[in-house]
Amino acid sequence: MNTTANQAVVLSAHGLIKRFGGITATNNVTLDLRQGARHALIGPNGAGKTTLINLLTGVLEPTEGRITLDGQDITRLAPHQRVRRGMVRTFQINQLFDSFTPLETLAMVVSQQQGLGGKWWQPLGARKAVTERCGRLLEQFHLTSVMHQQTKVLAYGKRRLLEIAIALACEPRVLLLDEPVAGVPAGEREELLQTVAALPADVSVLLIEHDMDLVFSFATRMTVLVNGTVLTEGDPDEIANDPRVKAVYLGHGEETAHV
Amino acid sequence: MKTNVELMHAGRWRVWEPLLWLVAFALPLLMPSHALIINEVAIVALFAVSLDLVLGYTGIVSLGHAAFFGMGAYVAALFAKLVMPDPVVGLLAGIAVASVLGAVCSLTILRGTDLTRLMVTLGVALILLELANKLDWLTGGADGLQGVTMGPLLGRFEFDLYGRTAAWYSMTVLLVFFVLARRLVFSPFGATLKAIRDNRLRAMAIGIPVSARLSVIYTIAAGVAGAAGALLAQTSGFASLDVFEFHRSADVMLILVVGGVGWLYGGVAGAIVFKLMQDWLSSITPQYWTFWIGLFLVVLVMVGRERLLRPWTWFGKKS
Amino acid sequence: MLTILFDGIAYGMLLFVLAVGLAVTMGLMNFINLAHGAFAMVGGYITVLLMQRFGVPFLVCLPLAFIGAAVLGGVLERTLYRPMYHKPHLDQVLFSIGLTFMAVATMDYFMGSTQQIIQLPVFLKGRTELETPLGTLGMGHYRLFIIAVCAALTVALQFVLARTRFGSRLRASVDDQRVAAGLGINVNIVFLSTFAVGSGLAGLGGALGAEVLGLDPSFPLKFMIYFLIVVAVGGTSSITGPLLAALLLGIADVAGKYYVPKLGAFIVYSLMIVILIWRPQGLFTRQGGKA
Repeated sequence: MNTTANQAVVLSAHGLIKRFGGITATNNVTLDLRQGARHALIGPNGAGKTTLINLLTGVLEPTEGRITLDGQDITRLAPHQRVRRGMVRTFQINQLFDSFTPLETLAMVVSQQQGLGGKWWQPLGARKAVTERCGRLLEQFHLTSVMHQQTKVLAYGKRRLLEIAIALACEPRVLLLDEPVAGVPAGEREELLQTVAALPADVSVLLIEHDMDLVFSFATRMTVLVNGTVLTEGDPDEIANDPRVKAVYLGHGEETAHV
Repeated sequence: MKTNVELMHAGRWRVWEPLLWLVAFALPLLMPSHALIINEVAIVALFAVSLDLVLGYTGIVSLGHAAFFGMGAYVAALFAKLVMPDPVVGLLAGIAVASVLGAVCSLTILRGTDLTRLMVTLGVALILLELANKLDWLTGGADGLQGVTMGPLLGRFEFDLYGRTAAWYSMTVLLVFFVLARRLVFSPFGATLKAIRDNRLRAMAIGIPVSARLSVIYTIAAGVAGAAGALLAQTSGFASLDVFEFHRSADVMLILVVGGVGWLYGGVAGAIVFKLMQDWLSSITPQYWTFWIGLFLVVLVMVGRERLLRPWTWFGKKS
Repeated sequence: MLTILFDGIAYGMLLFVLAVGLAVTMGLMNFINLAHGAFAMVGGYITVLLMQRFGVPFLVCLPLAFIGAAVLGGVLERTLYRPMYHKPHLDQVLFSIGLTFMAVATMDYFMGSTQQIIQLPVFLKGRTELETPLGTLGMGHYRLFIIAVCAALTVALQFVLARTRFGSRLRASVDDQRVAAGLGINVNIVFLSTFAVGSGLAGLGGALGAEVLGLDPSFPLKFMIYFLIVVAVGGTSSITGPLLAALLLGIADVAGKYYVPKLGAFIVYSLMIVILIWRPQGLFTRQGGKA
């Protein structure tokens, strides 16, 4: 079932190590993300999944190791420059712009992405290219009905949708999703799951999730991370039947879907 | 298109705004004895608008904005005395030097917490105060730089004793920068500044070059503050050490907060209220009016900044 | 040169006692309190009043200054400061500046704006000269006294923090307020007592320092930057950090003013800016601690 096995590697982490004082949060992690991947990163709480995302996006500097994007070494590249090269992430805890409306947020992101971020003379909504893209994104993420409300007052599910919409507005080639459905109430999960499933095929996605239903329905490849180390990597079938993986999860108690 | 109109509507000039400015410009004609106060209000308003750019729109808490104000003042004064007395050229000189200072100082505010930013901004202003004090052969030291006489504005309008030319001069400069600032805050650039203010982490994560943007806006704000300082030196005829003092930085922050942070008219409104309050309080208790200012600040913050003076914004959109 | 070092150490220890309360409350409540100097001023004026109006001996005034400032701090914490903790930093800055203005104007009104002179007891006046291989060491007795008192306070503070239950509660609250509350620690009491003690120490420092630093209504504004330097450079996650920062600051200031009087405080401010740009989290903060 390995549809992307022969595709080129887009994002690669090579022997990544991150130490905080005496603690090794990331221990010699090597991960390859292929073109068009639907790659899930799973593991118990505290396994270092978000740390890995932080390393990949440049928020943290690795103690050792290399990161390459499209074959180019980006280990020393600043976070905003990695975004320019097409690597975008979402956050486990919503990181939104509370004083903006969803429309303003997306207009700002799209403007920045289209190279208008430095333009100071024209108003924010002047370019049609920007506003049309905003309209499409708002529709795609079911935000049209709330597009003029301040982000501060939005319901959690809408905030989560906005969180992901912001990432998509950056036209990512590589998308790192950090627990997209975390904390989303049951009534709003379906919307979110649909949008995640409907991501463009050419975007390579690395998904961190605890929700096993989502993981198994979405992923074509999985990496299991335990205590900062890669336990194993493989197809969903291989992983589901791997006794070591079962031990990790059953040993820590049943990992069930987040509600 | 609905989205287009909505976004552009935010920056549109409301009907009452041109009227407000017309009235403001008419004031020196209608109330000639108050021209000096009007001039002061315009200068302070410009200073407050410059602080709003970094504080209200970008979220940089600065306790040393007077550094740029003072720099503009001394440069303009020295320019008039040593180079040429033309006001506009002197103004440009003040803006230029203050901007350069802002660009250099912007390196200090890029990293660190709110506290470290407070410290370095405060420190820079204190250093300049010390320098101005110690380099008394240039700045007149504690006595200040006296006898700054200006040539006629644009070659035609002499600065009169009533201060009417001064008032119009300052108000024109205020209006020019106000319009420019307005374009800026409603542009994509301005939006990215607000994004940095609201959530710097996410701003970085969507590709905004945060450090570069901070440097640019800090430089611009420094230049505008320098303009205000230059106006002060030019219209009052001297420059003294108090342009660098902590009181200046604290007062302008108070003015902005009273008028409303993150709203361009906040600086203007605050300046008017502050000057009137200062006049009134000084006539009652000339020595201890800082007590009442302090009390006002404490009460203001405890009650909640948003609930003050802006009933009209309860219905309109926040900028 | 040794004398300069000695004076610098005395100055630094004094600054430490003055600023340590600020460092701890800042680390604890994440509150930027620019009014901290006002408590020092209060302690100084209490001492002056007691000595001049009631003839209380200097040494007795010191603990009274501590208590007076501590009580004032406790009252203000409970009434005014507590609602401020969750407000944005801008509000906290404005609030504490407002308090400072009020304190300065009040003192000006009641006590006048002239410098206050403190008559030191005889045994604290005078000076001892020591010949050492490195040069003459001139030790003013008062400065010696300051060093002794401050050193004792530092040891006591370290002891309380490291060895007592209150100390561990305080450290837990600094690390993570919510978790500490969840563990049953009464965070409000911790805040109140810490703020009171910190203000008391400032008051004591103000009393001790009146002779060395001068005392007039503008004291809080004049020295605000120095306290902030100690906290910003020393960090808020320990008390050895501010101690080292205060000593560094004290020595740099005294040496600077002696060797390069033309530049004076310029050196201190520039040094501070350089340090804060290089290490924004402070020179002595432990890795991963709250800045």
